Amino acid sequence: MVRYLYHNRLATDIAGLKMKTPVTTASGTFGFGLEFTDFLDLEKVGAVTVKGTTLAPRAGNKGQRVVETPSGMLNCVGLENPGSDYFLKETLPKLRKYKVPIVVNIDASSPEEYGELAAKLDVKGVDAVEINVSCPNIKDGGLVFGTNAKSMAQVVREVKKNTSKVVITKLSPNVTSITEMAKAAEDAGTDALSLINTLIGMKIDVHRQRPVLGNVTGGLSGPCIRPVAVRMCYEVAQAVRVPIIGMGGIMCAEDAVEFFLAGASAIAVGTANFVDPAIAETISLGILEYMDQHNIKKLQDMIGLALPERQ
Amino acid sequence: MTKYVEEARVIGQRVLNRATKQIDLIAPRIAAEAVPGQFVNVQVSRRTAPLLRRPLGIAWVDKQHGAISLIYRIIGDATKILADVCSGDVISVVGPLGHGFDCSAKHPLLVGGGTGLAPLLYLAESMEEEGIRPDVLMGGRTADDLFWKDEYVNLVERMGLTTDDGSLGTRGTVMAELPLMLQRLHYDCVYVCGPAPMMKAVSAAVTEAGIKCQVSLERYMACGLGACLSCSCQGVGKRIKVCQDGPVFWAGEVTEW
Ligand SMILES: Cc1cc2nc3c(=O)[nH]c(=O)nc-3n(C[C@H](O)[C@H](O)[C@H](O)COP(=O)(O)OP(=O)(O)OC[C@H]3O[C@@H](n4cnc5c(N)ncnc54)[C@H](O)[C@@H]3O)c2cc1C
Ligand SMILES: Cc1cc2nc3c(=O)[nH]c(=O)nc-3n(C[C@H](O)[C@H](O)[C@H](O)COP(=O)(O)O)c2cc1C
Repeated sequence: MVRYLYHNRLATDIAGLKMKTPVTTASGTFGFGLEFTDFLDLEKVGAVTVKGTTLAPRAGNKGQRVVETPSGMLNCVGLENPGSDYFLKETLPKLRKYKVPIVVNIDASSPEEYGELAAKLDVKGVDAVEINVSCPNIKDGGLVFGTNAKSMAQVVREVKKNTSKVVITKLSPNVTSITEMAKAAEDAGTDALSLINTLIGMKIDVHRQRPVLGNVTGGLSGPCIRPVAVRMCYEVAQAVRVPIIGMGGIMCAEDAVEFFLAGASAIAVGTANFVDPAIAETISLGILEYMDQHNIKKLQDMIGLALPERQ
Repeated sequence: MTKYVEEARVIGQRVLNRATKQIDLIAPRIAAEAVPGQFVNVQVSRRTAPLLRRPLGIAWVDKQHGAISLIYRIIGDATKILADVCSGDVISVVGPLGHGFDCSAKHPLLVGGGTGLAPLLYLAESMEEEGIRPDVLMGGRTADDLFWKDEYVNLVERMGLTTDDGSLGTRGTVMAELPLMLQRLHYDCVYVCGPAPMMKAVSAAVTEAGIKCQVSLERYMACGLGACLSCSCQGVGKRIKVCQDGPVFWAGEVTEW
């Protein structure tokens, strides 16, 4: 599956998930990938992580779902998705035509349901599942598992038991100690971690004197959260051995490099896809340029360079 | 239909009223494919604030010169920045986006208010090119809001005007004129774009009269590509994305205004 690309200098490996570039797409910001084929070559992306998928279809939240904030945005989409049957029948066959690893972001309301969904997605064409234990926008699941180490560990074990695919656990930043959560996921057997999901925030319309978003609160994403994401990546990289996919406010190659230096083995671009739909491809070229400027031969040589033990 | 990111050179801006401007851009690939009712997503600055692109309807297309025009109301951060863009500047534009109007009507009426009259202008222009001159009914708060009449005058057959304060045309909303026009003039399709309450009222009256009706919805959207689901809403028996399945819908497909 891995073609010789980017002179093999960007190759990376997330617990056996081999990618020709470390640049992946963040769940919920890249649809199912197919929406972007007019703008970029999906095969030049490290992996396509698709929209959060649940067993049954979900309609999501009512009212206004998105609002812009200083250098960022709040969203309360609420995991609207067509459900796992539709994904397997309609979307996956189309997406599989591209030679790119496919990661399915999964969400459920109990550990058993996570397991059931993971088992259902244990099919050819799916390369990894990313456990979304951190969606801030739904009441019956998500964040509950993402803020309690014990429940999260239960979800991770249940998913591991039910799939042969690479299991990635996506961490919520809305916790007191991100390293505690990271260690709990590692102990429960996750193959990799991705971080961060959105930070809970809200905006109030001062003219109408009420919350702007239909769901009142929403998840904050975009460049404004990058310093928080880099810090968390830096801390988690020192606390666990499993590989990390870093994300949060990456808009350009230099932003991505920050995450590699903080210990991430791959990154995901999220909100930036809305601003520049070709960004997931162009960032790879920018990383190569950075490597040339700094005499770095391979991506692997710069992972973790800013960590204390490497300083 | 292919979507493009175009680095579009600005060839001019003109003031239409105190809060509305028209910007003309060279965007040949978008101009070549755009149909009436489609929109573009405009990046007004390369900085991180404002961060997201802003959706604007395509108000005019000059296929020969590869140019498109957008007509926008200056209401917030992004449109303020756009208003200061100069000829020669380059801005990034994604398009053409969404589904346009079904233009097959033989005796059409266009009903609009505010910047909803922007996409209807391109519709009127392309109908006129096909030898069909539509009627237009437009509403505004005051006479100043109806600067649009000068833009439409050469493209349409009849023009109905209403203002809330009666400073131009009939006093009231477009609903003060619509019933009589529907009764007398035997339209085969009505095209509506404007504030949600207007579209709701107009489409109800038009449907009631047994006439086909298309509406162009406006929803807060981020990507414009069907990926972020910001603009998703409930259609009849299925979810619809305003950016991708719309913004133009048959009135009967819409359940949330
Ligand atoms: C498909 C589509 C076509 C459009 N076509 C036109 C057009 O041809 N001409 C035109 O002037 N405007 C059009 N709009 C609306 C335009 O996108 C908004 O006015 C613009 O995004 C405001 O940006 P701003 O930064 O200046 O204001 P902001 O500071 O972002 O917002 C100012 C006010 O406008 C509201 N607003 C912002 N974005 C939207 C939006 N996408 N939809 C509804 N309300 C919004 C905000 O809630 C706020 O109250 C269209 C919208 C859509 C969805
Ligand atoms: C509109 C939107 C929808 C999202 N949906 C999901 C989702 O379904 N599952 C998930 O794990 N994360 C979801 N996220 C979070 C992103 O994947 C990512 O973790 C976050 O936005 C931070 O990255 P960014 O700042 O680059 O956007 C969503 C984010 C946005 C903006």
